Order: sequence, then structure tokens, then C-alpha cells
Amino acid sequence: MSKEETSTLNPSSRQTVKFYQTGTFTVGNRLLDEEFRTVQATTERSNSLDSGHRACQGCGQALGARYALDAAMRATDNKIIAANATGCLEVFTTPYPETAWSIPWVHSLFGNVAAVASGIAAALKSKGDSTTRVIAQGGDGGTTDIGFGCLSGMFDRNDDVLYICYDNGGYMNTGVQRSSATPAAARTATTMPVGDNPGSSFNTGKYLPTIAMAHEIPYVATASVHDLHDLERKVEKAMTFRGARYIHINVPCPLGWGSQPAFTIKLSRMGVECGLVPLFEAENGQLTDSTKIRYRIPVEEYLKLQRRFAHVLKPHNTHQLDAIRAIAENNIKRFNLL
Amino acid sequence: MLRQISGSIAVAEAIALCRPEVVPCYPITPQTHIVEHISTLVKSGQLKNCSYENVESEFASMSFCIGASAAGSRTYTATASQGLLFMMEAVYNASGLSLPIVMTLGNRSIGAPINIWNDHSDAMSVRDAGWIQLFVESNQQALDVHIQAFKLAEALSLPVMVNMDGFILTHAITRVDMPTQEQVDQFLPAFVARQKLDTDAPLSIGAMVGPDAFTEVRYLAHHKQKEALAVIEQQAAEFHEIFGRDSGGLIKSYFAEHSEIVFVAMGSVIGTMLELIEELRTEGHSVGILSLRSFRPFPANAICNALGNAKQAIIFEKSFAVGMGGVLASEIHMATAGNDLKISSVIGGLGGRTITKKSLGKIVECAMHGELDKEVFLDLEGTTVVKELRRQQEGQSSGPVAENILRDMGVVSASKTL
Ligand SMILES: Cc1ncc(C[n+]2csc(CCOP(=O)(O)OP(=O)(O)O)c2C)c(N)n1
Ligand code: SF4
Ligand SMILES: [Mg+2]
Repeated sequence: MSKEETSTLNPSSRQTVKFYQTGTFTVGNRLLDEEFRTVQATTERSNSLDSGHRACQGCGQALGARYALDAAMRATDNKIIAANATGCLEVFTTPYPETAWSIPWVHSLFGNVAAVASGIAAALKSKGDSTTRVIAQGGDGGTTDIGFGCLSGMFDRNDDVLYICYDNGGYMNTGVQRSSATPAAARTATTMPVGDNPGSSFNTGKYLPTIAMAHEIPYVATASVHDLHDLERKVEKAMTFRGARYIHINVPCPLGWGSQPAFTIKLSRMGVECGLVPLFEAENGQLTDSTKIRYRIPVEEYLKLQRRFAHVLKPHNTHQLDAIRAIAENNIKRFNLL
Repeated sequence: MLRQISGSIAVAEAIALCRPEVVPCYPITPQTHIVEHISTLVKSGQLKNCSYENVESEFASMSFCIGASAAGSRTYTATASQGLLFMMEAVYNASGLSLPIVMTLGNRSIGAPINIWNDHSDAMSVRDAGWIQLFVESNQQALDVHIQAFKLAEALSLPVMVNMDGFILTHAITRVDMPTQEQVDQFLPAFVARQKLDTDAPLSIGAMVGPDAFTEVRYLAHHKQKEALAVIEQQAAEFHEIFGRDSGGLIKSYFAEHSEIVFVAMGSVIGTMLELIEELRTEGHSVGILSLRSFRPFPANAICNALGNAKQAIIFEKSFAVGMGGVLASEIHMATAGNDLKISSVIGGLGGRTITKKSLGKIVECAMHGELDKEVFLDLEGTTVVKELRRQQEGQSSGPVAENILRDMGVVSASKTL
């Protein structure tokens, strides 16, 4: 888009301005004059996670991380230090010698981000710095599996850290293997759709938000990237508490899910609307609020847009479809979603 | 001030004098008393502005150190044996990120079979991890070298591990000269981080590095350790000036330059060796000792020079590479290549077996007669070994080795605090 063309746009048409790409860098509309930019690209944004990173097109994690961190920056007067576990977010943001982070950021290992963040918080405490706040972030594998010990320790000690898990339902960075957050029936490279019960087994896996609640930490919330205002609100709220806090963000992954990049927001919403992705908040171990489903949709509507569930919709696999419906039903009851 | 205290308490108090800001810990024998005592010093208010945390594992403990150090804090922890292995990935990470963490290793063997007593298997398991590894002979040295360790770590921005023999030093109550806070403050300046997570000057630390730059980053780590050779000597001299004691340095020679037969060893065994060679020297024998105080960086030149006049070197080690032999021995071979030196490797003190003056005396006697083998396991019970080998030849289902041996020897494993 040329300068001339942009100057013909009416600033009141903000939300209709489309993102576009130049060269290899997705720059959003930050190349436009300030007055024409969408809300995502205002100059007030801290752009903690800046443009130029290497996430796949339609990556829900890139979106979630950008909004979560900018919200945290707003809530703390730009005083955020972030620690990152190994995984897609770490890899796509820091291809040496470049970095997409404009905040102080450290990556140590795959399984230790909670402890690294606790160490940073301890350092700030001993220096008497109570304004700088710490965020730890990891994928579902780094959180629910290999980093679980360190995370539980961080919860136990109630260290002053906000831990954000970006749940894309598998080890995506290493080529889509099963994690303990992979949904039942999903195809991954280690749970292929073969045999009597294709995909990831039913009655396995763990749901970290409720495990976090069991630690009775001050604040636990779940969010999803279609409702960014809700996500931002929860991050901002998390920053009003001291001690260990946990936010679990559902982040569609076109590569791992076998979905269209353009459907990331749609899938995020559908996951919530079918009952498979409950959105709620909890304080000190007690559920305090949950987002009601506005237009309930059948789970198959959600599943059919993802190749990882293709086998579930085959006629001979109705037992799997029924079982997934039951999971959604159970979530609706458990978290009071209707 | 002169005090009569255990090695662990001495080290804990020396650490406190260094004003660490973050100390995470996890219990494992024989280092536990160090971190226990630090916890008391923090809780009682004697050690101020220090976040002390009893975390959930050694892996978390070193990771905690990584975060704290990256955030610009003087950071300390201690571990041993299985604990070191459990934190291994983070041990490599700390040095890879060039973080000046100081850690005490209360040297202990590695299982299986599980064994809480002293040897150097733990220290040797991280010999390639990029940490500076110092060894101490006595509790006074342990105390002194910890004070130097912070200065060294921070000058180079590298992690430093002080190796102190489990039980033999950690639990031994001896007289130590505890420095004053003023002395330590004079020697050790406030910590200025080379890299720091700072909201006013944001940095990314721990980026992915591909083939294009990895070699350079690794080479620089090697280069830095080589730079440490001079810094260690220089700081030991500075320490001497302020505290009036010779502690630290790369090596310590006890008549090594003027002896035909020289023991080379690390740690507390030097004490036993000193008693032996004093006797031998009064009898007119030409025997000396070369004590390695810095194992990483490896002071190859200093070793080569110190052994320049020796005819035989007896490399005594409390660990070995299974399937290869003495690690230190092979490194000394390399350092002295070109010298006309006969090298024998003696492995002893494994899993806490007592190293007696008598057994070492026999080794020297063999050496004097030119009869010392290239590889010797000190005080090895040959008959027990043969018996077990025979049992294994007789049948496939001969059972677990350790338990068979214990039964043969009539030994009852005595430890409760694993
Ligand atoms: C100790 C260790 N084991 C395995 C790996 C390999 N590994 C790196 S990233 C990753 C997957 C990350 O999955 P997740 O945490 O879910 O994040 P995602 O990439 O899906 O965002 C794995 C298995 C590693 N780096 N370190
Ligand atoms: S694989 Fe998935 S999570 Fe990783 S960058 Fe691509 S879309 Fe994002
Ligand atoms: Mg994942």
C-alpha cells in the first residue's frame, strides 16, 4: 500500500484496515501513518513481542504472547522481566543474532522456566525492588510435563511470578508429538490415527488449571486468543495479586492442528463455544467466575476444521465422537458454562 | 578470629561474609550442614538482604540460581553427588550463559550402588561442563577459596565450583581462622553483572545459536577459562596480602620440583601424603607432592614445569572413567608429553574407603623399585573380585553384583541418611 493510498483512508475506518506483509517480515499496519493504524498497532503499545519473529502464519501463540505481555506491561508501568521455556515461542522469537523481544527476556532450559522466574523474583526481593514483576512462559509440554516439578514448586512457595502456559495441545516445536495436554483422539506424530482407538488415548492427560487451583495459589485463569480483551483483563487482574499466579491460554496452532491459518481466531472461539475449552477464573483454589457459552455449537463443527481429528468424524469412529461430546458436557457442568 | 568448627559451618560463615543475595538449596549429604547454617544466618538476621529458598529439587536449585544471577544478584548454592547429576542440565546451562554462580560440591561418590561417602566421581562428571573447578586440601582453604571464588566468578563472569571432600572436610571439626567482614569487603567488591535482566536496558539472554556462530561462542568459553589461569594466581596473591595466608592458586608444590618421585593429587588426601613424604624425606628419599588446586582451568604448563625434574609421577585419583581409567592421569600424560616421565595411575578412596599412609607408602616403595604398574586400584580385595567373576561365569542368573559382594565380605551397609 502506497503512502497516497493510505492517506485516502478515513481514520474512522480503523478496524477495517487489513494486515499485510512486506518481504519476509510481517509488519502489521505499523508502516501506516499513526492516525490510520488499528488499535493493535497504536504507538502506545509496548510491543514487548515485536514484529520480525518467525512464527508460522496464523500462530495463536504469537498472538497470545503479544497480548499477554503488552497487557502485563500496561499493568506494571512497563516493569516486566520474562523468562521463557524452550519451545516454539522461544525459537521463533530469537533466531540468533536477532530477537523479537523488547523487554528483558531470558531463556534457560525446557523444564526449568518456573524456577528461573522464581530466582529472578528472589533477586528482585533481595534488592528491595517491588515494582519490577516477573512472568514465566512456556508451552503445554514445558508446563504440564517436563517443567511440572519446577512449576509445582513455584506454586508451593507462592513465589511472586505470573506463569503463562500457551497450550497448543502438543510438542509443536519438535514436530507435533503428544503432551499430557494433547486432547483425547488428537492425531500427533506419537499418537497416529491407527488401530481401534486412533489418536491420543481417552482417559489420559491432565488439566493444569485445576491442578494449579489445587495448590490454592492466589489467582488462576484460562483464556483463549479469540477474546483478547478477556485475555488482557485476566493478565491485568493477575498483576494485581502478589504471589504465584497461573494463566492457561488456548492457542490454536495451524501446523499441529492441521487447520487453516485464517481459522485461528475462529477455532479459538469454536473451542470455547462447543465446551471443550472452558474459560474461568479462580482465586485461592475457588472458582470465582466462568464465561458463559453464548451460542453453543456441536463439537463436530469444531473438530471438522482440524485434520488432527479427521478420523473422529469417520462413521466407524462414532464412539470417539460420543466420548468427546461427553468431555464437553462434563466441562459445561463442572465449570458452569451455560 | 580462631574458631574450632566443622568445615561446613566454616564455609557457611565465609559465604555469609561474602554477602550473597540469593541462596536456593536442597538437602543432600554431605553438603547439607552448609545450607542449613546459612538458613539460620538469614533467619536470625545475621545475613541481611539475602533471599534464601529451600526449593523442590537440585534441578530447581540451579535453575533458581540461573534466574537470580541473570537478574544481577550474587548467587550461591551447594550440592553433592546425585544432586549434581539431578541438576546437570542446568549446570551446563549456567556456564553456557556465563553466569557467575558459586557452588560448593561436598564431594561424594555416585551410585548405583548408592553410597554417601567421599570420592571425586561427582566433580569429574562435570569436568567438561565449563565451570571453574577448584579443590581444597583443608577446611581453612575451603573457607578461603570460597571467598576467592566469588571474586573470580564475578571478574570472569563464569560459574565457580569449590570442591571440598565430603565428611573428611565437611564434617571434620578443626581450627580455622575466620576473617573479619572488613577484610572480606576489602577483598571482594560489590557485584557488577556483565549481563543483567533490567527493565531500563532490556536484553535477550539465551537465544538460539546455529552453526554460524556456535563455534565462536564455545571457543570464547574455552578462551575465558584460559584467561582464568592468570586471574586465579593473581587473586590468590591479593588474598595472601590481605589475609596473610597462602590459599588457592593453580597448584601447590611440596618439593615437587626437586623430587624424583612425585604424587599428583587433589583435595584432602594431600594431608595424608604430606605426613608420608615428611617421613620418607627424613629417611633421605626423593619424594614430593604436586597438589592441583585448580582442575578447570587445567594448569597444564604449571604442571609440566613442576614435574620437569621428576622421573616418576604417581597420579592419585578418587574416581576414574569406567572402561578407560584415571582421568587426571590421562590429562597429566597430555600435559607432560615430551617430558621423560613415567606415569602411573593409582585409583583409591572410592566411596569413602580410607586411604592409609601405609597403603600409600607401599605404592611409593613399589615406585622406588620400578615395580609400580601403570594402573593400580589401591587396596583392591582381589579374592572378592575373583569370587564374583567366577559366580558370573557359572551362571547367567548370578544376581546383583553389589549385594553379592556385600554378602561375601560380610559388610552391613551402615548409612541411614542417604
Ligand atoms: C530436556 C529437553 N528435552 C527435550 C527437548 C526438546 N524440545 C524442545 S522444544 C520441545 C517441545 C515444546 O513443546 P511445548 O512446550 O508444548 O511448546 P510448543 O513448541 O508446542 O509451543 C521439545 C520436546 C529439549 N529442548 N530439552
Ligand atoms: S508450530 Fe504452531 S505454535 Fe509453533 S510457530 Fe507454528 S503455529 Fe505457532
Ligand atoms: Mg505445545
